[in-house]
Amino acid sequence: MADEILLQAQDLTKYFPVTKGLVLQKTVGWVQAVDHVNFSIPKGKTLSLVGESGCGKTTTAKLILRLEQPTTGQVTLEGQDVHTIDGDELKKYHTDVSAVFQDPWSSLSPRMRVRDIISEALIVNQKVTKVEAYERVDLLLEQVGLRTQQATLYPHEFSGGQRQRLALASALVGNPKLIVLDEPVSALDVSIQAQIMNLLKELQDSYDVGYLLVAHNLATVRYLAHEVAVMYLGEIVEQAETNELYDNTLHPYTKALFSAALTANPDSQREEIILRGEVPSPINPPSGCRFHQRCPYVMDVCSQEIPVRKEMAPGHFVNCHLY
Amino acid sequence: MTTSSEVYKEPEKKIGNVVLEVRDLRTYLYTKWGVTKAVDGLNFEVREGETLGIVGESGCGKSMTALSMLRLAPKPAARTVSGQIILDGEDILQRPEPEMRFIRGQKISMILQDPMTSLNPVYSIGNQMVEALGMYYQGEDNKGLKGRAVDILRKMGVAAPERRIIDYPHQMSGGMKQRVVGAMAISGTPRVLICDEPTTALDVTIQAQYLRLLKQVQADTGVSIIFITHDMGVVAKMCDRVAVMYAGKIVEQGELRSVFNNPSHPYTKALMASVPSMEHAHVEKLYSIEGQPPALFDLPVGCRFANRCEFADAKCLEAYPPMFQDEDGHTADCWRLEGQWKKVAEATT
Repeated sequence: MADEILLQAQDLTKYFPVTKGLVLQKTVGWVQAVDHVNFSIPKGKTLSLVGESGCGKTTTAKLILRLEQPTTGQVTLEGQDVHTIDGDELKKYHTDVSAVFQDPWSSLSPRMRVRDIISEALIVNQKVTKVEAYERVDLLLEQVGLRTQQATLYPHEFSGGQRQRLALASALVGNPKLIVLDEPVSALDVSIQAQIMNLLKELQDSYDVGYLLVAHNLATVRYLAHEVAVMYLGEIVEQAETNELYDNTLHPYTKALFSAALTANPDSQREEIILRGEVPSPINPPSGCRFHQRCPYVMDVCSQEIPVRKEMAPGHFVNCHLY
Repeated sequence: MTTSSEVYKEPEKKIGNVVLEVRDLRTYLYTKWGVTKAVDGLNFEVREGETLGIVGESGCGKSMTALSMLRLAPKPAARTVSGQIILDGEDILQRPEPEMRFIRGQKISMILQDPMTSLNPVYSIGNQMVEALGMYYQGEDNKGLKGRAVDILRKMGVAAPERRIIDYPHQMSGGMKQRVVGAMAISGTPRVLICDEPTTALDVTIQAQYLRLLKQVQADTGVSIIFITHDMGVVAKMCDRVAVMYAGKIVEQGELRSVFNNPSHPYTKALMASVPSMEHAHVEKLYSIEGQPPALFDLPVGCRFANRCEFADAKCLEAYPPMFQDEDGHTADCWRLEGQWKKVAEATT
């Protein structure tokens, strides 16, 4: 890819210990939440992680936000390992990378005026005066489609869609290079979702900011993302440029996931593959390919060997023994 | 080894006579801000074995409609002030309250969005099912009831129900809990099953399993389903007919294909246009409806969508439009259809 790489995850792995006993704690197993994940986000582009609950997409987002330390592997932002920095460099990291979460009711402090919520990160992480910070708040409010007069209101005076605009304004305040969007529209109504998705695109164009989009709605992802990585039980099973992936799914799990997603078209003639059973526990994931127990195309080799990543088309990677 | 997953075939559909008829249903909430007209003059009917979708955004009154049909709207704030809910020829709004205990579950039953609001965390699944079944099969002993519970759970796709019946809700996954809730909802062999966003909390592949199951249950028992949702994809998959609600009113109603392929109310059109597609690449900006729906305690006199509608003119602001109908029975409340479609009802506000 010719684009300049902004953020890179290499061999990123996070295991959480499962302990037993109250006083003498003993580790009896590991939840393999994220397992040897590799991806990169170019400057000003959107990478989306899709998958079902428990597939590790939120843990990956947390690792990037430095809310978790990786077990092995590393995340680099413009070449710098983000889990080893501290002091001023860490402050800079927190202005360079920000986040918007799913629930706009729990992500804004109810006791602060919106201009203080939005400017807080700026005042903490950068040396600016309150006046300068408030000027920036006014500018941002206009950019996210709110009025500057609303700066002195409290979050409860806004609707869900407006709150998500506020969350975006506060994520943008430090001119970040990357915003982690964890299900940014799924809590909103359909007509409001469209407003926020359009806003996200506009802001990306004007700020040249990269997005890591964590979402489960495949239509939202197709609209927003440039590249998509499909996760299953902590692993990326398929990854490609968005339109390439949507037009040409290769991994059986991706096929099933895409066929289960419903389109608002009653005449849609898509083949429907329904998977039996549920996602197995990540504590003792299945041997070999983690999907083999539910896979309609399972072969003997699948339970014995871990499939290696293969490039099927330029930039289209898949981990499956079928290919 | 057998294949664990397969390509799915739709069960056959048989649609019979009208089972439930709702006429001019109005449920108002009396709050300190004034009268909130959550359900304001709804008319619809459901046939045997048919699925009617009620779609709309939060606050449009769709859940209040469901609760009103079970006479469970929160009292004392909510009162159903007028209307008829005719189930098998009998208006259930006229029945005395004690009789409702036998109508709920055996005539009309409901599945809610979050299974934990329907399940008691301190009783086992079997215990809770037997309690409900005991009401439907009075005089039957515990063993018999348990047998019935196991059968119903099996029908709802719960693996090894003999063992799962002693489990508590926290020992089950979200999809499995929702199956148990579904099993309890159909255990009284109801005529009408109201599903209020039953799959919103589930993952997509589990949602697909669950929707398939509901279709199978409908094919087996002929139950009519009222499916309340905001997800156009679920409607397209599940429903035979669809009613679109906006600010307490049904603004458009008709056969699924007719409404989806030819949306005639500007709100429906806008709603359809604002859903991104996963089948096509996106080149243009997504259509979005600006503004917010009106507050239900402070409704405009004219069309309730007028302030967000790009076609609105003076007439729309003055009076709520009458209901117009085309030759296929597709109806919509919009002044722009005057002269094109037949007027079938005067404006109701």
